Amino acid sequence: MAGNVNHDYHILEPDIWPLLGAFSALTFTSGMVLSFYPDLFGAAANIVIWLGLAGLLATFFFWFKNVVIEAQRGDHTPVVQLHMRYGMILFIASEVMFFVGWFWSFFDFALFPAPLQVAFTDGVQSTANLFITQGDTSTGTLVPEGMEVLDAFSLPLLNTLILLCSGTTVTWAHHALIHGDREGLKQGLWATVALGVLFSGIQAYEYSIAPFVFGQNTYSSAFYMATGFHGFHVLIGTIFLAVCLYRAYIGHFTPRQHFGFEAAAWYWHFVDVVWLFLFIAVYVWGGWGAAVH
Amino acid sequence: MATTAEGFDAPTAAGTTHGGDHGDDHHMPGFFARWFMSTNHKDIGTLYLIFAIIAGIIGGAISGIMRLELAEPGIQYLFWWAGASEGDIAAAGHMWNVFITAHGLIMVFFMVMPAMIGGFGNWFVPLMIGAPDMAFPRMNNISFWLTVVGFLSLLFSMFVPGSGGMGAGVGWTVYAPLSTTGSPGPAVDFAIFSLHLAGAGSILGATNFITTIFNMRAPGMTLHKMPLFVWSVLVTAFLLLLALPVLAAAITMLLTDRNFGTTFFDPAGGGDPVLYQHLFWFFGHPEVYIMILPGFGMISQIVATFSRKPVFGYLAMAYAMVAIGVVGFVVWAHHMYTVGLDVNTKMYFTAATMVIAVPTGVKIFSWIATMWGGSIEFKSPMVWALGFIFLFTVGGVTGVVLANGGIDDNLHDTYYVIAHFHYVLSMGAVFSLFAGFYYWFPKMSGRMHSEFLSHLHFWVFFIGVNVIFFPQHFLGMDGMPRRIPDYPEAFAFWNMVSSYGYAIMAASMAIFFVNLAYAFTAGRKAENNPWGEGATTLEWTLTSPPPFHQFETLPVIEDHHDYHDHRPATA
Repeated sequence: MAGNVNHDYHILEPDIWPLLGAFSALTFTSGMVLSFYPDLFGAAANIVIWLGLAGLLATFFFWFKNVVIEAQRGDHTPVVQLHMRYGMILFIASEVMFFVGWFWSFFDFALFPAPLQVAFTDGVQSTANLFITQGDTSTGTLVPEGMEVLDAFSLPLLNTLILLCSGTTVTWAHHALIHGDREGLKQGLWATVALGVLFSGIQAYEYSIAPFVFGQNTYSSAFYMATGFHGFHVLIGTIFLAVCLYRAYIGHFTPRQHFGFEAAAWYWHFVDVVWLFLFIAVYVWGGWGAAVH
Repeated sequence: MATTAEGFDAPTAAGTTHGGDHGDDHHMPGFFARWFMSTNHKDIGTLYLIFAIIAGIIGGAISGIMRLELAEPGIQYLFWWAGASEGDIAAAGHMWNVFITAHGLIMVFFMVMPAMIGGFGNWFVPLMIGAPDMAFPRMNNISFWLTVVGFLSLLFSMFVPGSGGMGAGVGWTVYAPLSTTGSPGPAVDFAIFSLHLAGAGSILGATNFITTIFNMRAPGMTLHKMPLFVWSVLVTAFLLLLALPVLAAAITMLLTDRNFGTTFFDPAGGGDPVLYQHLFWFFGHPEVYIMILPGFGMISQIVATFSRKPVFGYLAMAYAMVAIGVVGFVVWAHHMYTVGLDVNTKMYFTAATMVIAVPTGVKIFSWIATMWGGSIEFKSPMVWALGFIFLFTVGGVTGVVLANGGIDDNLHDTYYVIAHFHYVLSMGAVFSLFAGFYYWFPKMSGRMHSEFLSHLHFWVFFIGVNVIFFPQHFLGMDGMPRRIPDYPEAFAFWNMVSSYGYAIMAASMAIFFVNLAYAFTAGRKAENNPWGEGATTLEWTLTSPPPFHQFETLPVIEDHHDYHDHRPATA
């Protein structure tokens, strides 16, 4: 009865991955909880976490593989491609709101710093004298006195330039694709992926030499959670672009139809913009006037 | 009226846009494939409805336990339920906290939201806009299963240690520091991840609904011709999309505060517990509109159908919902009047909150104006809709009272607040759910329910919930605090009345299930349109139940220059 279908929408066959993906997510989060309580649950947690993670990764892999197969065999009519555009824009909008939550906490700590936050010594915070005024009635600062922060105009500035540069290389790749220049597409994507990896490497290096640790105080907590989630998104974006690069090599994408690539590029620009806000707010403004490592 | 069924039963030569790729489109999948691997919006909607009914039974049973305990002053049963020795107040109190937490989370995230958006939204948004399915059928399914695993994670939390016993006793708001330093043990972590999982499902569902509504409307159905239920789901989906990620960030901070030594909400480390409340209510206030807007949409359809008139002020009704959605994002701190906000902030949030009464009033008066001069039929969906309009207005009026920062200083965290939000939820949202259920049950099942049992269900439920919740206004004004299992003698009388009300309400639910059993065993076969000429939306042009895949030839909506006539043009 296929002849009856008289519309361009994409009607899908039943699929097992939504079920497996959801239960993998539950396995993963449950494993996380178990890992928080080694006294109660012992080493079982790791097995559960890895099982859940493997299930999640398999879900992502096979799900997107199916989407690519369907795209290649022509299921993605113009109206279905428009679905994808809406979906990706809305997904990015929800991601923006997720970062709003982290920026909200950062600005709360920056604009309304707790009075008398205690400076740490040797990486270990002491709260013992928190409520002893010591004659100091100041309102406190975001970065506690005596704490060193990262120099915004050193590696973070370099990373800013790297991400901005990667925004141009991905646009280069896009224009090459539109003009039918496959080599230019591959070169632009290679450059973008390389810059993404370079960014992540520098970020990892900077975490390793940072003069403060996670959970040391509100500044360091907000810093690591915001930049950490951003770094996680950079990794996802890099993988997304790398998949596009692979697809470019096996002959996917046409000058007219290449939404997989465009979605990766949109995502990459989103990650780029979040970084600009992080750089300006957290690194430059947040660390202004504090001692630099 | 034209039937689109004729339209797509006739094979058309032009209908081969996909070649032979979908040759098995019309094979009904086997049991496992159909219900566990579904990519069909109607089946997924059915799954959501079944899930919501099961969750509602559990959440409702927990409120029964609570009303039983509160029937008399003193601790009656909590020691026993907690498995604690007589007089172990800490264990009993924890047990109580677990009950109120589970009741709140289950009813909000696993009953009302899955039923309204997942259930009715999935079933009827594609049907009403003339679409064959949702935009992302596979993602639709993972939205459902993420809701299920979220519920499972919440169930896990009840059987692992929390503070002072099993389970998460933190309230549905999961306020720090009770949820951080105050609740050691894995129960709260499981509860937090439950919200992560269900929230991820809802965000994916929201993108799906927005894409479907923007991109899959039948030819001729402009946004301004869309049925109001579709408008309501559109606005709701935007609220979900923009509010839930902020909750995700907030509860992630709870997790790191609990397990990784951060101090986002801990003043001892420079953090701010009020920050959690801001983040939570920035989500939480839109959330209360998420729970009621689809109800508004359903009531609009039902009132118009049974008054045999187009809804009064269609555009104003649509944009009132948009206005409620937008303003709903900037009123969150009215939940936090007593945390020490300065007076100017309270003045702003008081004024902004009262502004919401304006678009809400537009809706109430437009429903009344729709009925005015109409040829009203008191069929079962209509009596539930009338109950909704009356009782939601009561809850709305007490909402205006509570919107006042000054008055709320007195009423905050009292039973007055409980009475207020149960009037808008367990009478507003739940009445609209039953109205929608009776309205669409013949369409979904192909069977007619019993009008007599539906009316009986309505009257017993109506009396029951009012007897439960109306006295709680008095208790609140007299100062009875919420979330406490015990109270002084002075509050005994109205608490006893309230508990009797629960028994009446529970009896009405028995009538509901008898009605369901009747419909499935002996119910008359439903016609395509059992409600007559007032039912003008596209779902009534299909068979009851509709075919596995409908609208394989898209219906074309004529330009009647009439905002509420959605009849297809294929006459």
